[in-house]
Amino acid sequence: MKLDKRFVLKSLAGAAMAAALSTGWAQSGQPVKIGLLATLEGPFAAGGADGMRGAELAVKQRNGTVAGRPVQIIKASSDAKPDVAVNAARKLVEQDKVDILVGPLSGGEGIAIKDYSKTQPQVTFINGGSGAQATTLDNPSPNFFRFNTEGAQWMVGLGDAALKKGYKRVMVIAEDYAFPYSQVQGFMTEFCKGGGKVPVKAWVPLGGKDYSSVIARIPKDVDALLLVLGGADAVNFLNQYESAGGDKPLLGGSITVSQDVLNYRGKKRDSLVGTLSAGPLADAYDGKEWKAFVEDYKKNYPVSAGGYPSPSLFAYVYYVNMKAALDGLEAVKGDLGNNHAKYREALAKMTLKTPNGDVKLDENRQAIGTTFVTEVVKDAQGNLHNKVLRKVDNVNQLLGMNKADFKIGSRDVPNCP
Amino acid sequence: MSAAQWRKAMNSAATGSAGRLPSTETGRPAPAPAIPVEPDPYADSDAPRWLKFLWRHVSTRHVLTLLGLLVFPFVVSPFVTFQIGAQTLVLGLVALSLTLLAGYGGMVSLAQMTIAGIAGYTVAILGSSGTALSLGWHWSVVVVFALAIGTVASVVVGWLSVRTEGIYTIMITLAMGVAFYYLALQNYTVFNGFQGFQRVFPPTVLDIDWRQPLAFYFLSLAFAMAGYFFVKYLIRAPFGIALQGIRDNPRRMNALGYNVTAHRVAAYAVSGFIAAVAGVLLVWYNGLITPGSVGTSWLINILVIAVLGGMKHPIGPFLGALVFVLLQTFAVDVIDRERFNLVIGGAFLAIVLFSPDGLLGLWSHLSGRLRRARDVSSPVR
Repeated sequence: MKLDKRFVLKSLAGAAMAAALSTGWAQSGQPVKIGLLATLEGPFAAGGADGMRGAELAVKQRNGTVAGRPVQIIKASSDAKPDVAVNAARKLVEQDKVDILVGPLSGGEGIAIKDYSKTQPQVTFINGGSGAQATTLDNPSPNFFRFNTEGAQWMVGLGDAALKKGYKRVMVIAEDYAFPYSQVQGFMTEFCKGGGKVPVKAWVPLGGKDYSSVIARIPKDVDALLLVLGGADAVNFLNQYESAGGDKPLLGGSITVSQDVLNYRGKKRDSLVGTLSAGPLADAYDGKEWKAFVEDYKKNYPVSAGGYPSPSLFAYVYYVNMKAALDGLEAVKGDLGNNHAKYREALAKMTLKTPNGDVKLDENRQAIGTTFVTEVVKDAQGNLHNKVLRKVDNVNQLLGMNKADFKIGSRDVPNCP
Repeated sequence: MSAAQWRKAMNSAATGSAGRLPSTETGRPAPAPAIPVEPDPYADSDAPRWLKFLWRHVSTRHVLTLLGLLVFPFVVSPFVTFQIGAQTLVLGLVALSLTLLAGYGGMVSLAQMTIAGIAGYTVAILGSSGTALSLGWHWSVVVVFALAIGTVASVVVGWLSVRTEGIYTIMITLAMGVAFYYLALQNYTVFNGFQGFQRVFPPTVLDIDWRQPLAFYFLSLAFAMAGYFFVKYLIRAPFGIALQGIRDNPRRMNALGYNVTAHRVAAYAVSGFIAAVAGVLLVWYNGLITPGSVGTSWLINILVIAVLGGMKHPIGPFLGALVFVLLQTFAVDVIDRERFNLVIGGAFLAIVLFSPDGLLGLWSHLSGRLRRARDVSSPVR
């Protein structure tokens, strides 16, 4: 049992080292420590890496200093699982002693980090990319801020656009978890109000391979299908739908009609033209600030260095949230005293300038922002891309309803068969 | 006494000295001279057996280790206490259940995290959480149910996989683990699907909030030590010896009249109980449980922890868990890039490559080398 002694020595040595490491910085004039949490592992690894790029870009635009204090970024990674995200956040907050934490990336993680933020009142938490409604609607935390809009807000405007196209009855095919629920809610709230009907909703498992039973359930009399599936699932569905001889027009969720779906090669490809979709950003938007942001992104992260041809959704939302963190610091001249009281007030009252227009926060510290409705078009070379159909401003989290009537989206909410 | 010693004792009617420790076994064949068999230490006394067992087996080393473990949380930050200390103990306890099965029973089950997850889900479903689905029963009832359900689930896993060997055991237990993952992922009426359960916290008992780092550390320590000593005791009890016999030669044990299947299923039940205890602690540690907590990556992580530490002794899984947790927590600081998983994978590979028996094997190898170096006088003057 000499082993045990070794174990003790090891743990004591480790403990001593940790104690030496954890002596914190003094407050002012010292670097501002910002923790950055994204998914560098697991299913969203590519998105997480791009999210990190977006956040770094916001720091680079200020040359790494804010209000005369250097910005020190400490990164941590999770794999889209809430428990791993909380462990990583705990390390940043309690071990590295960050002042501000920007993250996490996915919905379940966001709710877990929001719950954790309540136990750490000395740190300000700003969302990274997560888009679950419950994070800010249900039991919100006073030190958790979200400057990006979420899944339901991203679909506002799509319902009207579908009605304009003459779709009266739409079947929903969506993955079976929180994010698609809120996407479907964002679409249906408007669509049902305008007199549309959703006779069937099919909830399919995430990463499903076989859609034959769903395809068999598609009623003859629907005008279109709303697909809220991740890129690979959408391609799978399209392949099977095509071989089953389907010909209904499509509507897409925010992450459905992405470049990988548009590059899909099949007979059905040309029928993708005209597919409507909505989201917080549009590659082809020609706003001045947006174009400047895309140029800046391309300059710093060219495709040769692993960047994307155009910033992804995650790069954009991480950029916006990190920019909010830094603009807030600038506004209070780097003063984080008194448990960030001034800083949090500045964040809550701030009008944030983003590449896609101004963002303000509501009383739950949730963004009110812009949504783009897009349509797939074919260019002269025969490539498909998204064209901006309409820009909807000031979309709030309650989708224009009053608080009493609003229920968080689920499998059965909303409903208009 | 290790299985190797036991076998030698059986074969040559001469035991190795019982005081020698399995971890310092070098695997040399025992010398043949007929040493008189040591008398049974429990034969001529009426003190309770367990007390004598403790008296015989607790030495200075154990006391020192215990002191170290008790002092540890008072010299480090709460973060290290909770995230390194408590997490190591809890994950070590899950891996201990696998070590019992694989190291002493020869059955590599990948479903240990599933058992822990079933117990954790039971706590979340029957107890209180931030989700409306939870029934909000009293914690004591909930914990009893969680341990019972975890043990029963483990018996079911054992029953289904007990007649398979080697790779097939791994496959069938992995299949059951993945099946449970998908059940938890897609069932919304009981398991709350993708969201799982948030805000599952330990109860406040005796006016102590058991989620405070110090309190939770000692709670985990108590159960980890209980598990450790229980397994140490078990592997020398007749049941454990029979289990090791079954591991080494099931046909011979069968011929000797041991019911192989019953022993194996019983081993699953015992290890399931340990895993269930760890599962309850784990859900309290994380404060939440989601399908991701019982996904394939965690099933495999438990195997990694057990193999990393070494399966020759119950301390192995805890050592493995310590290395695993330290790497998971701090590898990101070593290479502050998207490549930190290389550090984790590299360290695991290095350990397993240089020592098939994990850290324990490394230790016995080194101490063997050192002892030889001390024994042999140097030819260089």
